[in-house]
Amino acid sequence: MPLSSDLSIRNASKHFGPTRAVDDLSLDIPANTYVVLLGASGSGKTTLLSILGGFTAPTQGQILLAGQDITLMPPARRPTATVFQDYALFPHMTVAQNVGFGLSVRHLAKPQIAAKVTAAQEMVGLAGFGPRRISEASGGQRQRIALARALVTEPAILLLDEPLGALDLNLRRQMQDELRSLQRREGRTFVHVTHDQEEAMAVADLIVIMNHGRIEDHGPPERVYARPRTRFAATFMGDSTILPAAFGPDHADTPPGRLPTRPMGGSAVAIRPESVLLTESEGTLPLGLLTVTERVFQGAFARITGRIGDTDLRLRCPPADAPAPGATVPVHLARNGAVGLAD
Amino acid sequence: MRRTALTLALLTPMLAFIYLPVLTLVLFSLHDGRVPVPPFQGPTLEWYGRILANPRITQATLASIGVATISAALSVTLALLAGWGFARHSVPGRKWIEAAILMPLTVSYLVVGLGLMVSYSSLIPKSPPLVIIGHVVLNLPLAFAILYVQFDRDQAKLEMAARDLGATEAQVFWRITVPTLKIALIAAFALCFTFSWDEFIVAFLLSGFDPTLPVVIWGLLRTGLDPQTNAAGTLVFLVSVTFALIVELFLLRRRNAPLL
Repeated sequence: MPLSSDLSIRNASKHFGPTRAVDDLSLDIPANTYVVLLGASGSGKTTLLSILGGFTAPTQGQILLAGQDITLMPPARRPTATVFQDYALFPHMTVAQNVGFGLSVRHLAKPQIAAKVTAAQEMVGLAGFGPRRISEASGGQRQRIALARALVTEPAILLLDEPLGALDLNLRRQMQDELRSLQRREGRTFVHVTHDQEEAMAVADLIVIMNHGRIEDHGPPERVYARPRTRFAATFMGDSTILPAAFGPDHADTPPGRLPTRPMGGSAVAIRPESVLLTESEGTLPLGLLTVTERVFQGAFARITGRIGDTDLRLRCPPADAPAPGATVPVHLARNGAVGLAD
Repeated sequence: MRRTALTLALLTPMLAFIYLPVLTLVLFSLHDGRVPVPPFQGPTLEWYGRILANPRITQATLASIGVATISAALSVTLALLAGWGFARHSVPGRKWIEAAILMPLTVSYLVVGLGLMVSYSSLIPKSPPLVIIGHVVLNLPLAFAILYVQFDRDQAKLEMAARDLGATEAQVFWRITVPTLKIALIAAFALCFTFSWDEFIVAFLLSGFDPTLPVVIWGLLRTGLDPQTNAAGTLVFLVSVTFALIVELFLLRRRNAPLL
């Protein structure tokens, strides 16, 4: 099996009765990519992962790996391995037996298994943990055991189902970094399902935002954040003010005025809070006078909510510069701060 | 204080009703006299020596051990396979088949025994194998009820993970399903063994010329009271208690174990 291969999802659908969990979805994932499927519960991201793992047969469509159709290939023969949400470690086996399971069912020689298991445990930072029982392992260690158990089989695609959901915040951040560098070192494609947009931005090469079984937007995190394609993508990932807009060829007419942006086929523009500035500089555009209604201190910045006419607008500024509720201040739109949306 | 007194007042007669007959049985198996009636004299192990020297009793004990072991093993095996099948595959009419498997729990032993006697004794002569069939009929629902609930979502996830890692169906069954259900399997086996070990009605109707131990003890009782019956009864009781303790130990430990 090649180390890593291009993965292609072609018009995949999965219907559960009248519900379309995955709805005519197509996506190409180049080899050696860290992909995050991002969406709320019920968005179809877990069903899509399950289709990739071979646990769920799509109602329609195809899954191709390196050009080969693997749509109906059973999980046991599929070059994918899964890190399950609750890890599904085998409670009756030691750490080493868990990690080596995928090799021992393939009847590899004992010394060969031992060597690979040791290497896999070192890779996830669990050297010397082999003889321990699963019940002795902490949450973070279980996560690493599950990773080692999946990676030791050298899958072309590693599937991770909400892998960090059970961990506390600090450990989650640490594991995000480790997953990221593990993917770099191993050079395999990781497909990671989460509902946490910060986690998605922290690890992904490619973010796929899903909603109602369809892809709302996909691309590198920087692009998806800066220029979300749809209204849903703009509000699901990060904070945005959505303004109704009538588009011209290179501008949009919105309640605060005419903003330069490209029409994307929809009838709204998104403005990120950090694109609304209190000071004028080169390339900025005056938006008008903002009457502050709310000020929330958030540590490194303050979140301001206010109104221009009938339009609500949010912005961020350093806490020292934050105007008090009731104040009226001029605000400006940063260059390229208005993003035209598709519906 | 008043609550404690009330509790004691209720608990003492209750425990006395349950355990006094058993204690009397055990005590008078050690009685040094021809008839097991008070006052107690002894103790002596003479009656235990007699029953161990009595070929009718030793043969019946062996028959009982054989019947209990084989019928418990068959019940547990069939229950495991049925549970696995129902839990992991879509079986048409599953609810009805489940109900049919569990039904014997509600049917009287006498009816099951009579039914087997009438319908099968022309094909299979009355003998321990026929008793084994009878006991499987009685114990299969019990083993099924214990094992079926073990096939929950967590268990399914483990099997899914094993398949994902490349295990064949046989490898999943032997290396994941059976070991993870080990405690429930032992408990189900011990329970089936105990029930078969001291079951009387079906054994009486179906065992023919090779009676099991409860049937022989019943025979001894008909010839009058004798400390030998006490000794044999005590042995039956001790074996049952041992297996009941095994069940208790394993099932309770399982329930208290932290879920992974």
